[in-house]
Amino acid sequence: MDEAVRYSRVNVGDVLPPLVMPPVSRLTLALYCGASGDHNPLHVDQDFAREAGLGDVIAHGMLIMAYMGRTLTNWVPQEAIQTFGTRFQAMTRVGDAITCTARITEKLADTLPDAHAVRVTVEARDQRGELKAAGDALIALPV
Amino acid sequence: MIDRKFIGYASKPFVADVERGRLRFFAKAIGETNPLYLDEDTARRAGHPDLPVPQTFFFCLEMDRPDPYGWFDDLGIELPKVLHGEQQFTYHRLAYAGDRLRFDSTVTDVYDKKGGLLEFVVQDNVITNQRAERVAEFRRTLVIRHG
Repeated sequence: MDEAVRYSRVNVGDVLPPLVMPPVSRLTLALYCGASGDHNPLHVDQDFAREAGLGDVIAHGMLIMAYMGRTLTNWVPQEAIQTFGTRFQAMTRVGDAITCTARITEKLADTLPDAHAVRVTVEARDQRGELKAAGDALIALPV
Repeated sequence: MIDRKFIGYASKPFVADVERGRLRFFAKAIGETNPLYLDEDTARRAGHPDLPVPQTFFFCLEMDRPDPYGWFDDLGIELPKVLHGEQQFTYHRLAYAGDRLRFDSTVTDVYDKKGGLLEFVVQDNVITNQRAERVAEFRRTLVIRHG
């Protein structure tokens, strides 16, 4: 963080630096399975995924949300983030390359005593532009 | 169909120790490049006592329960049919490597759509640290596909 992001200097419509990730590989999913502790076989065991009717393994929704979260902490310190939520819209498959974009959609003045908050919407899309997850965060900024 | 009597179902409280090595492993798994999440000296220079727990990792810590899907069995949820529909976090303070976090998890809603083809289970989690301070809450919404 070079310089603190200030409420008075941001505007509705401002775009945060996007996060461009390499394609999701089976290794990506294996590492996330181990590191996250989410051992649901749907994400790493092809046989299980096929039997579940999904054809192949799908990425953890929470991996995509972690990518989305990185767009926020690349912009402001984590302690500024008050809420962060997302709705998962489509499954992410092996080979999908996720790009996360975020922009300020609302400035909520006077909601907090020492700081002002902005609403930032965050989206994750693949290389075809398919929306994988859409959410938003409430971020407190110094005035 | 999931019996609506499970609204209010509470899992046994779970306590997780936040480990520095595990945080680094998680950072690697999500492609993190910000040194604040990888190097404790950088974190300390930025005013933190240790590596911070990243935003979504609270969800992961809760899954460190000895039997994270045990409550699925109790409710009669079949794992292959489950998708993660929605996830919401509210944060109060940061947590760090070395902290001991307690998770209190309760099923707060069960409902269905499309004439029962899709069922939804909402679980709310409250996270407190070793000083009994409220760290965060999160809400997980699961979708169970029938047919």
